[in-house]
Amino acid sequence: MGKVRKGVEVSIAMADAVAQADVDVIAAYPITPQTHIVEHLADIVANGELDAEFVPVDSEHSAMSVCCGSAAVGARTFTSTSSQGLALMSEIFFISAAMRLPIVMALANRSLSSPLSIWNDHGDVMMVRDAGWIHVFVENGQESYDNVFCAFRMAEDPNVMLPVAVNLDGFILTHMIEPVEYEDDELIRQYLPEFKMKHALHPDKPVSMGCFGMPEIYTETQMHREDGVTNSYPHILKAWEEWGKLTGRYYHPIETYRADDAEYCIVTMGSYGETAMEVVDALREEGEKVGVVKIRLWRPFPFDEFRRAVLGKKSLIVIDRALSFGGPGGPVALELRSALYKKEGAPTIVNYIAGLAGRDVSRKDFRHIILEGKEKAASGDTEGFTLYGLRG
Amino acid sequence: MDRFSVFSARLVDKSENFTSGHRACQGCAEALAVRLVMKALGRDTIVAMSTGCMEIISSPLPLTSWKVPWIHNAFENSAAVISGCESGMKAMMRKGKLPAKKINFVGMGGDGATADIGMGALSGALERGHDMIYVCYDNEAYMNTGIQRSSSTPFGASTTTSPAGKASMGQHTRKKNMAQIAVAHNIPYVATACSSFPFDLMEKVKRASETPGAAYVHILSVCPTGWRIQPHDAIKYGRLAVDACVFPLYEVVNGKYSLTYRPQRIIPVKEYLGGQGRFRHLTEKQVEQIQAFVDTDYQKIVKLSDEV
Repeated sequence: MGKVRKGVEVSIAMADAVAQADVDVIAAYPITPQTHIVEHLADIVANGELDAEFVPVDSEHSAMSVCCGSAAVGARTFTSTSSQGLALMSEIFFISAAMRLPIVMALANRSLSSPLSIWNDHGDVMMVRDAGWIHVFVENGQESYDNVFCAFRMAEDPNVMLPVAVNLDGFILTHMIEPVEYEDDELIRQYLPEFKMKHALHPDKPVSMGCFGMPEIYTETQMHREDGVTNSYPHILKAWEEWGKLTGRYYHPIETYRADDAEYCIVTMGSYGETAMEVVDALREEGEKVGVVKIRLWRPFPFDEFRRAVLGKKSLIVIDRALSFGGPGGPVALELRSALYKKEGAPTIVNYIAGLAGRDVSRKDFRHIILEGKEKAASGDTEGFTLYGLRG
Repeated sequence: MDRFSVFSARLVDKSENFTSGHRACQGCAEALAVRLVMKALGRDTIVAMSTGCMEIISSPLPLTSWKVPWIHNAFENSAAVISGCESGMKAMMRKGKLPAKKINFVGMGGDGATADIGMGALSGALERGHDMIYVCYDNEAYMNTGIQRSSSTPFGASTTTSPAGKASMGQHTRKKNMAQIAVAHNIPYVATACSSFPFDLMEKVKRASETPGAAYVHILSVCPTGWRIQPHDAIKYGRLAVDACVFPLYEVVNGKYSLTYRPQRIIPVKEYLGGQGRFRHLTEKQVEQIQAFVDTDYQKIVKLSDEV
């Protein structure tokens, strides 16, 4: 495939990226709204455009298990899931990270049951926050396409060797048709050469993987995991930096929009960033000193970059897409409050939980959230959270 | 392949791929089964093993008993994991990323991992037709966690979660027939084996390895700890199970059954049950009921086997 710009559904663009990445194994189980990604991959394999094993498994639990086996023999491995699928595979999701298997997943974010809902929020990904995967959030089609390659590059870096989830909002992003610039196959090969795993399962050099740990050694294995995720940070930056050099599209763990001189910033993760920017443009014209802070890298959390971006601001209005029942607020706000605790010049945090299960959050809503959040901050009303748009 | 007509240790490969020093109980016939399976398979093998006795005894970090590449991932997914290994290797060899080589892809699990929690993953892997072998080591209960009943625990056995008591005869359900469930997947090779019949076992494993596509081998693995017998009687009880036709040895090649061992004298079931602590509470009447079950089940296999 040569360099071309085309209008395409984001799921299709992502599947095309997986094919361009010359993946060896795809194992997935159908679940809305991830289906278009794997359906298109099945087509690509069936048409002989990608030489890979497409393993149509019996469950998401088996999907991740197949991915573990395939990655353990050194094959480039991709999967995709959402919501209940992620919940079902969560056992193996944790194990895959502990075993340092460089699997890449497109996680089409969707709400968790019950009540059953196929629509978008971040309840699913927050459930596996602590699994030890690298989590990247994208907000449009181009970012989705690009980050497939970046994710493999990060995952397979010998200094990283961790699974990577590219989080994209279900429907809001997966089912949109957007202009996406495809890169040339040659450029992809240059950026993402063939994967050679150092300790793959092979009879010529036997290794034992997944041994059990007694209390004398378990703690050390967990420290090793912690170091693995934390130390992946510079290599993640490098993967994005090199992609930027080749394509002109640069990615950063924390990205800001009109935030330099802003007194207030709205903080988003995922596709809400696009809407937030438009609303901020409008508010700026009215004289509001407001900006956007977008969290692209959720794990490892970019503490320094985040603090650099927000210290000195008056307040942050944080939009969460998930609820921690009986807890202190949305998971993102909770994390940011913790990151800023006792830091000089730390802004206060007003937390809104919005857009659960695809409830539309329009520009009007963003405007409302920002202006009301600003008032709450000014009056010192910064405890807990507000469930936005609650009816009745 | 030649059928062994004599029992001679000289005919067996001396090299060990599942090595000594592991932590199995005294008299563990399951560890023996693993050792025999690994002798039959040889070094060009990748093993994915479920959580359970054999995993725990053989892989305390940083030690290992395995001389072949080995992976443990979780309890219920060794069939899925090994199907992933097979898919990955197949793709990489086809694409020239790895030199071509004949490798045995072998999933292993106990009866709980196979017949209960891992049933879906196993069924999926068999149905997809990966070139793999799945070996179930059946010791008829969750022995690793302390002798809890599984769906493979036999009728009448007392376990810690199906205890015999004034109001209970112990396990009151029939043993799930995994071999026949495997046959129902229309896979080319299914066999039952027992580590008390080592040559028969190794021959079946070799045949499974030579069969393209999915193969399933179900091995009765006597557990002295869970069956409440003396460790030195493990081999004896394996033979009694087979000679009483409680556990017939047969193979099913492309759907065709054949008994690989017919006892010269079929012994009464009570000779097998007697002496096992797990059955000691059974009444004469209950033993008769078990004898009737065994007679019926064995005749079905004989009939299927004679149809060839």
